[in-house]
Amino acid sequence: MTTRIHPLLILFTLVVYVFLLGPLIIIFGASLSDTTYLTFPPQGLSFRWFQNIWDISAFRRTIVTSLQMAFLGTGIALVIGIPAAYALNRYRVALPAWLSTLFVLPILVPEIVIGFSLLRSVTVQAGVPVWYALLIGHTLLVIPYVIRVVSASLASFDFSIEEAAISLGSPPAKTFFTIVLPNIRSGVIAAFILSFITSINDVSVSLFLTGPGVSTLPIQLLAHMEQFFDPTIASVSVVLMLLTILVMIIVERTLGLAIVAK
Amino acid sequence: MKRLAGWMLASPATLAITFLLVIPVAITVGLSFGSPGQGDWGIVQPYADFFASGFRRNVLWRTFTVAGWVTVISLAAGLATAYVVARCPPWMKSTLIVLAVFPLLTGVVVRSFAWLVLLGREGMVNQILQATGLTDGPVAMLYTPGAVIVAMVYIFVPLMVLVLVGVLENIPEDLLQASSSLGAGPVASFFQITLPLAVPGLIVGAVLVFTASFTSYATPHLLGGTRQMMMGTFLQQRALVAFDWPGAAVVAAIMLAVIVATVLVMTRLARRLNPMAT
Repeated sequence: MTTRIHPLLILFTLVVYVFLLGPLIIIFGASLSDTTYLTFPPQGLSFRWFQNIWDISAFRRTIVTSLQMAFLGTGIALVIGIPAAYALNRYRVALPAWLSTLFVLPILVPEIVIGFSLLRSVTVQAGVPVWYALLIGHTLLVIPYVIRVVSASLASFDFSIEEAAISLGSPPAKTFFTIVLPNIRSGVIAAFILSFITSINDVSVSLFLTGPGVSTLPIQLLAHMEQFFDPTIASVSVVLMLLTILVMIIVERTLGLAIVAK
Repeated sequence: MKRLAGWMLASPATLAITFLLVIPVAITVGLSFGSPGQGDWGIVQPYADFFASGFRRNVLWRTFTVAGWVTVISLAAGLATAYVVARCPPWMKSTLIVLAVFPLLTGVVVRSFAWLVLLGREGMVNQILQATGLTDGPVAMLYTPGAVIVAMVYIFVPLMVLVLVGVLENIPEDLLQASSSLGAGPVASFFQITLPLAVPGLIVGAVLVFTASFTSYATPHLLGGTRQMMMGTFLQQRALVAFDWPGAAVVAAIMLAVIVATVLVMTRLARRLNPMAT
């Protein structure tokens, strides 16, 4: 588009971007400071706060738990979400309309309400161990993303290809794995990445479902901040940001970032 | 046959959401009601208690005002930014979108923490204020509603920009060319063509930001603390600090009611205001 944009509007956009990225750059600087308190610009240069992440066992433990929740929760959500998305697209007329509303409930209902309700019903009343309750919470949280993203990619899939394979004698299950799945591959990868990031960053559901010895990284970060205000938090944040950049590069190489922007 | 196949494939997700979300949340809502014989108000006694407490009314009101301000500011900043981004040359547009996606993918704890550093007594904002002579001593900015609003705007602007860039790109270019060839300037075109067509998208963005900020926990916890409690932090405090589960259930049920009402009313409004709808 060639319409002229008012210079003030461009200046405003520039300010918005400085506002968006400035604080993240400041965290980066603060993580390198050689002081025992958080400061920017950094004084001295040291990587000891990165070393500290590894030295504090709570961080080590919660990083492992967070990764377990993100991989397993997303994995389970894919296993139950892909068939659901397939059913919604393939058998739309045969299924009631409220079903797709049911599938977005984990996004509609406030996460913190889900967390509290799971604590009451699953952890306390049903007596499910903390680790499993946490996994249930993370799985629920990401199911809507899986169903929505995979549905979007099934919407542009031509089901007559599948019918052709079946009419040529291929069993339905085999057809799904050899014909349908390869065609919606990019949707599945996008769903995985979106779910993984949602799970690893989650606070509100995990808040209620962590217990003695079982916690996730964001919850541990909050707990650490209550007691210490040292650059460790900044260095953990930097590690998480580098991880995010890595994910973005992978997405860009495989699918193009336009997928995340949707 | 088709019906059976459809249900079989959809059943794991249906059962999981029904038993692990719908029923537990329904139990929470049930718990929020009292017993029929209790107090003057019968089963809605816990709600009467909630609204009788000045402190609790304040928490609810603060949550509404903070979420309202965050939504309005994010809409304005997001729309202006998206307008520029949507009109950039392609290479610049994709760079700007990547730069908006990056903070979006960074966790809420990390992004709230950044403002904890910036707004602290020794933080950069205070250093700048003192260096420029605007204030003599450090200003207490943390644990005020303003701090929560700034950090939440920071968190939600990228989301708003991405939603609105999509909306603005969907507006057919022909319409803008027609309006300019008929003599409308850019400002008139914006208010008479772009804005009305963007209204449904603006509503979607506003609902996303309002509901997310109304129910958020990490940001009010870090930047508002116990002094500026909001519904999310109050729910956590009732449930995990005071162990007042019926009280927490009332807070949860009110949050749920506000969110569901907002979504229902606004989606209906979006449908009615859509100039493209027949």
